[in-house]
Amino acid sequence: MSARANILRSSAAHAILIAYTILALYPVFLIVINSMKSRRAIFNEPLALPTRETFDLVGFHTVLEQGNFLLYFQNSLIVTLASLFLVLLFGAMAAFALAEYRFRGNLLMGLYLALGIMIPIRLGTVAILEIMVAANLVNTLTSLVLVYTAQGLPLAVFILAEFMRQVSDDLKNAARIDGLSEYRIFFTIALPLVRPALATVAVFTMIPIWNDLWFPLILAPSDATKTLTLGSQIFLGQYVTNWNAVLAALTLAIFPVVVLYLIFSRQLIRGITRGAVK
Amino acid sequence: MGNMTLEKVCKSFGTVDVIRDVDLQVEDGEFCVFVGPSGCGKSTLLRMIAGLEDITSGDVLIDGEVVNTVPPSKREIAMVFQSYALYPHLNVRDNMGLGLKQARHPRAEVAAAVDRAAKMLDLEKYLNRRPAELSGGQRQRVAIGRAIVRKPKLFLFDEPLSNLDAALRVQTRIEIANLHRELGATMIYVTHDQVEAMTLADRIVVLRDGRIEQIGAPMELYNNPANEFVAGFIGSPKMNFLDAPTLGQPGRSLGIRPEHLTLSREEGQIEGRISHVEQLGGETLIYLRADPHGLITVRLFGEHGAVVDERAFVTPDLTRAFHFGTDGQRLAA
Repeated sequence: MSARANILRSSAAHAILIAYTILALYPVFLIVINSMKSRRAIFNEPLALPTRETFDLVGFHTVLEQGNFLLYFQNSLIVTLASLFLVLLFGAMAAFALAEYRFRGNLLMGLYLALGIMIPIRLGTVAILEIMVAANLVNTLTSLVLVYTAQGLPLAVFILAEFMRQVSDDLKNAARIDGLSEYRIFFTIALPLVRPALATVAVFTMIPIWNDLWFPLILAPSDATKTLTLGSQIFLGQYVTNWNAVLAALTLAIFPVVVLYLIFSRQLIRGITRGAVK
Repeated sequence: MGNMTLEKVCKSFGTVDVIRDVDLQVEDGEFCVFVGPSGCGKSTLLRMIAGLEDITSGDVLIDGEVVNTVPPSKREIAMVFQSYALYPHLNVRDNMGLGLKQARHPRAEVAAAVDRAAKMLDLEKYLNRRPAELSGGQRQRVAIGRAIVRKPKLFLFDEPLSNLDAALRVQTRIEIANLHRELGATMIYVTHDQVEAMTLADRIVVLRDGRIEQIGAPMELYNNPANEFVAGFIGSPKMNFLDAPTLGQPGRSLGIRPEHLTLSREEGQIEGRISHVEQLGGETLIYLRADPHGLITVRLFGEHGAVVDERAFVTPDLTRAFHFGTDGQRLAA
């Protein structure tokens, strides 16, 4: 291939990627700029950047003053991080067992664990609610953590099992000869080597949990346990919607996920560039 | 020190028998090499001795004790792997010392053992480096060092040289031989490379399809192979198998090593055409196509000119030939 064609090809690829990036990010950008405008300006010129006249932080004021916004924020963070931790821990453990040990029904067990990818957990909402009522867990963050852990595990096990199979057998065997327990082999050898996969799974698991409205609404709608997404709904009325507040709440809700994503993606890149075992 | 015995050892994965009825006795201080083509079960056998693979039936004994259900770390063995298998998150010192540390040896003792091994293998400069900062040869030395530190009854090597380049392989081979002399330890070494087997072993075990084909000292196998498989596997270049009936010889095939053939332009027992010539300086390999024998390799010492497609004759030295029957077994002389 000539150098010319190469440049053409790579610039075409970049053009497509840049176009997609703009397409994906523009709505987010709109939310952020409009959250900083006055109500009139939002409706008059929704696409305009805030100017000196239209700049207004009234939305943020409303959000921070009205309701327990900080509490909702904290609830969301607790639920997301706790679920994420449990999904990664149990997902990686199950994946390690499926990849490492030969036992009767290994394949069936793997398929069973992966089944959840194809069946949406929301189909079981009524049953889940009944269980939570029976267990006296309604209106607790625990109920949400349990449901989200169950929701995230199938994909986590499926992806991580594939990566666990790639961890060198020799390395695990060397550790066994050195007298390390299976738990230490898992935590000190296998887990660090699949870190890039863990980061990927973390991102995939985290975002739907953070954004979910369904389960908080059904399982934990009390004021003390509301999550951010549910809490923001008070600004969306049947007749009047406080757009300033909604947009401000959404803008604030973006940041924690971005921060978490940056942490994980750093791991992702480091994992890719660090090179293999040998 | 340690000796090792296998008694009627079998291993199957489902319905596939990988190891069938293997009996073997490895003496104290012996260097024993398992050799065979890939898939012959040699690595599985080594893993069974190490305790990394369950035994379907039979017994593994180390120092006279049955260790079938003893976990690897309690068998007092050490293993060196083909892929080095160093812990990527630990530096060289911790990599070598981990086994003793796990066994709760005092810190000073671990440090002394690591230093001694590092000195033996010229690794003192690298003790604080991570495996990622070492070359392939250095990594394999660390892996060997990790084995030495544990002072095991049995050293197990699983194709330790296969990932090294040719020059380094020769050098490391010599190092391993020296190590064996220095430590006087019992070593079991798995390889598919018959040169490694010949140069290192006190005794070679030739395996095929999970069975032992022959056990013996390198020269014993070379000079007195039990069957066609062993004869073809040991020695490089490979032994020629000529069609015995056309030469008026007993059996189905006549095995003759390339160095026991004489080449002539004028006359000889077998006529053929030269199809390829390899000049190696010290020796010359001439490949000759002759029906119905197929490709015949002739090994001449020193430099010899030869032209491809030239007509030539070879004559086997029948006093050095082996006769094999239709079942591949050696016929009584």
